Amino acid sequence: MIKNIHGIAAIYRFEMARFRRTFWTSLIMPVITTSLYFIVFGSAIGSRMTEIGGVPYGAFIVPGLIMLSMLTESISNASFGIYMPKWAGTIYEILSAPISPLETVIAYVGAAATKSVIIGVIILLTANLFVDVTIAHPFLMALFLVTIAVTFCLFGFAIGIWAKSFEQLQAIPMLVVFPLTFLGGAFYALEMLPPFWRSVTLFNPLVYLISGFRWTFFGEGDVSIGVSIGATLLFLTICLTTIFWMFRTGYRLKT
Amino acid sequence: MDGRGARAMALSASGFTLRNVNMETIINIEGLTKTYAGGVVALKRVDLAVRKGEILALLGPNGAGKTTLINIVCGLVTPSSGAITVAGSDIARDYRAARSLIGLVPQELHTDAFEAVIASVRFSRGLFGKPRNDAFLEQLLKDLSLWDKRNAKIMELSGGMKRRVMIAKALSHEPDILFLDEPTAGVDVELRRDMWAMVRAMRARGVTIVLTTHYIEEAEEMADRVGVISNGEILVVDETAALMKKLGRRTLILTLTEPHEQAPAELAEWNLSLRGDGHELVYEFDANAESSGVPSLLRRMSDIGMGFKDLNTSQSSLEDIFVGLVNEAKAE
Repeated sequence: MIKNIHGIAAIYRFEMARFRRTFWTSLIMPVITTSLYFIVFGSAIGSRMTEIGGVPYGAFIVPGLIMLSMLTESISNASFGIYMPKWAGTIYEILSAPISPLETVIAYVGAAATKSVIIGVIILLTANLFVDVTIAHPFLMALFLVTIAVTFCLFGFAIGIWAKSFEQLQAIPMLVVFPLTFLGGAFYALEMLPPFWRSVTLFNPLVYLISGFRWTFFGEGDVSIGVSIGATLLFLTICLTTIFWMFRTGYRLKT
Repeated sequence: MDGRGARAMALSASGFTLRNVNMETIINIEGLTKTYAGGVVALKRVDLAVRKGEILALLGPNGAGKTTLINIVCGLVTPSSGAITVAGSDIARDYRAARSLIGLVPQELHTDAFEAVIASVRFSRGLFGKPRNDAFLEQLLKDLSLWDKRNAKIMELSGGMKRRVMIAKALSHEPDILFLDEPTAGVDVELRRDMWAMVRAMRARGVTIVLTTHYIEEAEEMADRVGVISNGEILVVDETAALMKKLGRRTLILTLTEPHEQAPAELAEWNLSLRGDGHELVYEFDANAESSGVPSLLRRMSDIGMGFKDLNTSQSSLEDIFVGLVNEAKAE
């Protein structure tokens, strides 16, 4: 099924080289953002907050904070990766190469997900400077981190194929994913909401991801871990199906 | 004429095997139709066989379907119907085998602005499934006068240099077939000469080359065969020399001793025309017809006492043939 290893490696290296060119900004950005969140939410506001489910507020926001950055970074990196060749016209080379859709996706999404995981780890390390982070299920946490990075890079990849302008490219991460993450319990537990809003929130798919990720840290979340894993895999499947449909029909790639 | 003659001789001198190899089909296109989503019919049931090792020039006006044809073979555009094989591999079912053999230089300059030349060429080689080979790429970049610029970012290069980079990318995986879409459009004289030399060198190595062009002298000079496309249809494909011979018309121009206002009625059967203020009598005839009609014309002129002081014949160029074909197709 996978035959063009050199092709995958070429795209992967190309994408990683693109990231390296903006290495310091991509690296410093999450460090600064995380620090700001901890200063504002962790120290200033957090000191007046009670513990949530036995977890100090400063530690409670760590998983949500990692999610917030990782989801937006994954989407924008992966969407940019495939949108740029489309925009610059260099996509001709990918389309004319003996490389399968699966191999193309592995290369682009693999590179974007690598960067996302690196950012996730950097945020985790930065957070560790401000609060004590204990991870109840380290292996599951790593697995979740990688799965979510891959899922949202796939999502971003699909957006990159779909987008016809830079505006559309940025609309989804900024207008949909960022608010949904914010409202998905990144900074609070769902039980803190009035019952009506709690029910509304359950329609937000990101609630399940954030809750699952938090579970791997503290052993408890807003919804059960099984539901979280199920929701993550469902979203992963939807993204994969969409992308393969796009490649098979040549949607916005070929005329 | 001289160039063609010399090449024809070179061809026959190089012997029997080359001709045989040349007859082997490497790309076979059957009943290819493309209708774009907007309803534009770009190609209408096109049949074309590209022979192994030849240089085939596709001539045609803008919007004739040349680029669509190339893009379909290369996998950039999905055909509406029809079948295409490259060295026996179906381009849809067996796309890996088919595409590995093909290098494409598109018409537009699409380059990765921030990449270094060498990195970009290395990328292309890997993308087409070939292991890294820096010695080969070094030679390739040297051949294309790009070696000195190997570490330059592509955005820093001139337009001509960018086109060289695109050619280097297309050749990086050692393809058997090279597609050049309008390779010399907007290119300076030096680069065009280099490009021609490169195309000849590729051909000598056995690479099949399909190029599209607006420049008829280019097709006439370079191509083994010429295909004329207009309005989504291939009007004719033939060996360049044969095409000239088959469709070529000769023109006889007689410079008259005295100007005439119109051709005399006695000479009506020759369909003559006058130009140069009535000083020149022009007679067009089929070069391949059994009787050209020239001797009888001259006899009749002498009979009616119409004198001339000079006589000149010329053969129509590929351009005349091309314009004639396209106009004919439009008139139908």
